Amino acid sequence: MNARFAPGDRVRMRALHPGGHTRLPGYLAGRSGEILRISGYFPVADERALGLRDARIEAVYAVRFAFAEHEVVADLWERYMEAEA
Amino acid sequence: MNVDHDHVDSAVLTRRVDALAAELARRGLLDESAIVETLDLFLTHARPSNGFRIVARAWCDPAFKSRLLDDASAAIAELGMDMRHWSPVQLRVVENTAAAHNLIVCTLCSCYPIGLLGPSPSWYKSPEYRARAVSEPRAVLAEFGVRLPRETAITVWDSTSELRYMVLPRRPEGTQGLGEAELAALVTRNGLIGTALV
Repeated sequence: MNARFAPGDRVRMRALHPGGHTRLPGYLAGRSGEILRISGYFPVADERALGLRDARIEAVYAVRFAFAEHEVVADLWERYMEAEA
Repeated sequence: MNVDHDHVDSAVLTRRVDALAAELARRGLLDESAIVETLDLFLTHARPSNGFRIVARAWCDPAFKSRLLDDASAAIAELGMDMRHWSPVQLRVVENTAAAHNLIVCTLCSCYPIGLLGPSPSWYKSPEYRARAVSEPRAVLAEFGVRLPRETAITVWDSTSELRYMVLPRRPEGTQGLGEAELAALVTRNGLIGTALV
């Protein structure tokens, strides 16, 4: 399996795609975070929701997001993010 | 925490489930025995005592604790437990320390390690908890009676994918002499979610 990102990498979540199912929560769309670890490789929920039997298996990362008084860690598929410039 | 419980009328829900089951059976997609088997598994295996046992073992056995924090799915198999009874998910256990507190939520729906904690409480599934756990966890914790020092770091784990989370609470002071079974009796379900200390 290939993982594009490694622990410590800074990534930015993409905007929510219009329509359809996703497991990228709205409050994290567009937000920057740091890869904490690779959580595993799983069929992409967005494709499974379309009933695709051969949904692509993609890296899922635990991504850490800093908020004012706490942090949130969420497990997110690679396609939801891009390297931060 | 005050939460309005907007229960669906149970008679309506029962009719809906019966109609769905009948239609699935008619199409040959489901038979009654599969439902009975699943319910049996649920009623006999999904109990918070599973989580309590895991915590007590981790408190007593540092090597087990280390394996648990590293690969929880593999570690709980040592105790004869398997999350995969329920769905193809992985377990991750996160440890509370003097410096760091963990809280579990699923903002998108209601993902929860049912096999280890039993059925989830209604507040866990409420829109209020799901929204506020990630926006103001300190206030939410205070409403549950958990008041943490300002310097305690709070990490909220949002179950957005195929991982389920369980908190490993701190072992209470003055419990050195207790055995595993006695320690397990001290653990609470909310302690495993992070909305209580033990």
